[in-house]
Amino acid sequence: MGEQDRNSLKTPLYSLHEELGGKMVPFANYLMPVQYPLGVMAEHKHTREHAGLFDVSHMGQVVITGDGADVWLETLVPGNIIDLKPGRIRYTMFTNEDGGILDDLMITKRDNDMFMVVNAACKEQDIAHMRAHLPDHLKLNELTDRALIALQGPMAATVISRFASEAKEQNFMSYLEAKIDGVTCFISRCGYTGEDGHEISIPADRAEDICRLLLSEPEVEVIGLGARDSLRLEAGLCLYGHDITVKTTPIEGALEWSIGKRRREQGGFPGADKILDQITNKNIKKRRVGILPDGRAPAREGTQVLDARDNVIGEITSGGFGPTFGGPIAMGYIKTEFSEKGTKVYLAVRKKKLEARVDIMPFVPQQYFRKH
Amino acid sequence: MTIYYSEDHEWINVEGSIGTVGITEYAQNALGDIVFVEVPEVGDEFAKGDEVSVVESVKAASEIYSPVTGEITAVNEDLEENAALVNSSPDGDGWFFKVTVSNKDELEELMDAGDYKTFIAGLE
Repeated sequence: MGEQDRNSLKTPLYSLHEELGGKMVPFANYLMPVQYPLGVMAEHKHTREHAGLFDVSHMGQVVITGDGADVWLETLVPGNIIDLKPGRIRYTMFTNEDGGILDDLMITKRDNDMFMVVNAACKEQDIAHMRAHLPDHLKLNELTDRALIALQGPMAATVISRFASEAKEQNFMSYLEAKIDGVTCFISRCGYTGEDGHEISIPADRAEDICRLLLSEPEVEVIGLGARDSLRLEAGLCLYGHDITVKTTPIEGALEWSIGKRRREQGGFPGADKILDQITNKNIKKRRVGILPDGRAPAREGTQVLDARDNVIGEITSGGFGPTFGGPIAMGYIKTEFSEKGTKVYLAVRKKKLEARVDIMPFVPQQYFRKH
Repeated sequence: MTIYYSEDHEWINVEGSIGTVGITEYAQNALGDIVFVEVPEVGDEFAKGDEVSVVESVKAASEIYSPVTGEITAVNEDLEENAALVNSSPDGDGWFFKVTVSNKDELEELMDAGDYKTFIAGLE
């Protein structure tokens, strides 16, 4: 065991991962399963066709309690949090004074508090950021005694409703609390795969039992971080630290859909001047786009995007092979004048110049659940 | 014919003055699902140890080094459309290229099947 492994944290599901043959690798201070014996390709396809179970307990779960927690959160994020109805979830991001993204996150308005899920690699920094701004009348609690799992795929809702029937008709981006095997779970209809499904927060000491219950269902396979990454890339979803960073604004990152009308009019979040100016005047220099290589060779993160005359016009921030798409896919930043769908560009891959095209994401259709 | 193995997990099957090169079962298993293989072009010349090919799995790209000095005489064109042949048949249909073996002494620096088996057992 290497130095890094010894210092790595383990989730409450670590021993289950080992028992299931998970290949454990260091990720965001944790030892996490990158894949299981099934392999990344089959795990990916299984999730798209049936249901996949993911351990995402490395992510941060935080609760803000106190009157006006929603009003205060709007001073840190550009999302519309005040107008969220109880039981609804919003995707937003912490921004800094330059309009850069510090992290992206999910905020749920619950009856008496605000529940947030933040990225593992950013959670310490996010919590410090919030504490630095937290008024005395609000309390911040990190829920370190809870595991977080995701059940994703077309059969996910059917499976979970066998244990918590309430979850079946639950709308996309909504939250409820229900008992699974006698223990109260926080069940959110959302995910990071582009599929229907749920994220489920479970008391740490019962997480393994509940995972075993879900895994005993015929539709469910356990899925590692490798397939989680290829699934989210096909779905066009950003990976913080790669596709969005402190050096990209929400507008450059093509995330302006997450900033509602009232926030655009009123501002009041870090970097609002710059971000709102970018929305109004469309004066961004670069834009996050999908990029599809014409051939079969994947273009990885860091690959330069060139124009016909070899000028560097962008960079790939996530790239690989889309198992369901059936070919190489990528996303990255490109100079705005090249960002239109269909624009022919070139990728500098190993001394070669490969043809590619700007495309819109997602690369596979999203399957989110909406009540009729 | 004799099959030799490199510490980089390539095999070279030498028949006369031509060697057929691929990667081993151990290597394909470690790489995982292979989605793309960049093979050299016929006529390219390489020194032993040169980067001659690239294998892309869903996870990452890995370089393949030439186990001998020589000139490429053929490449496996089936890999272009079906890179997964390397997973399903690493020592058969998943071969990468054929190369002239210009210096037979270089083969002495490679392992035979027994030595390679011992070598990978030591990596576990």
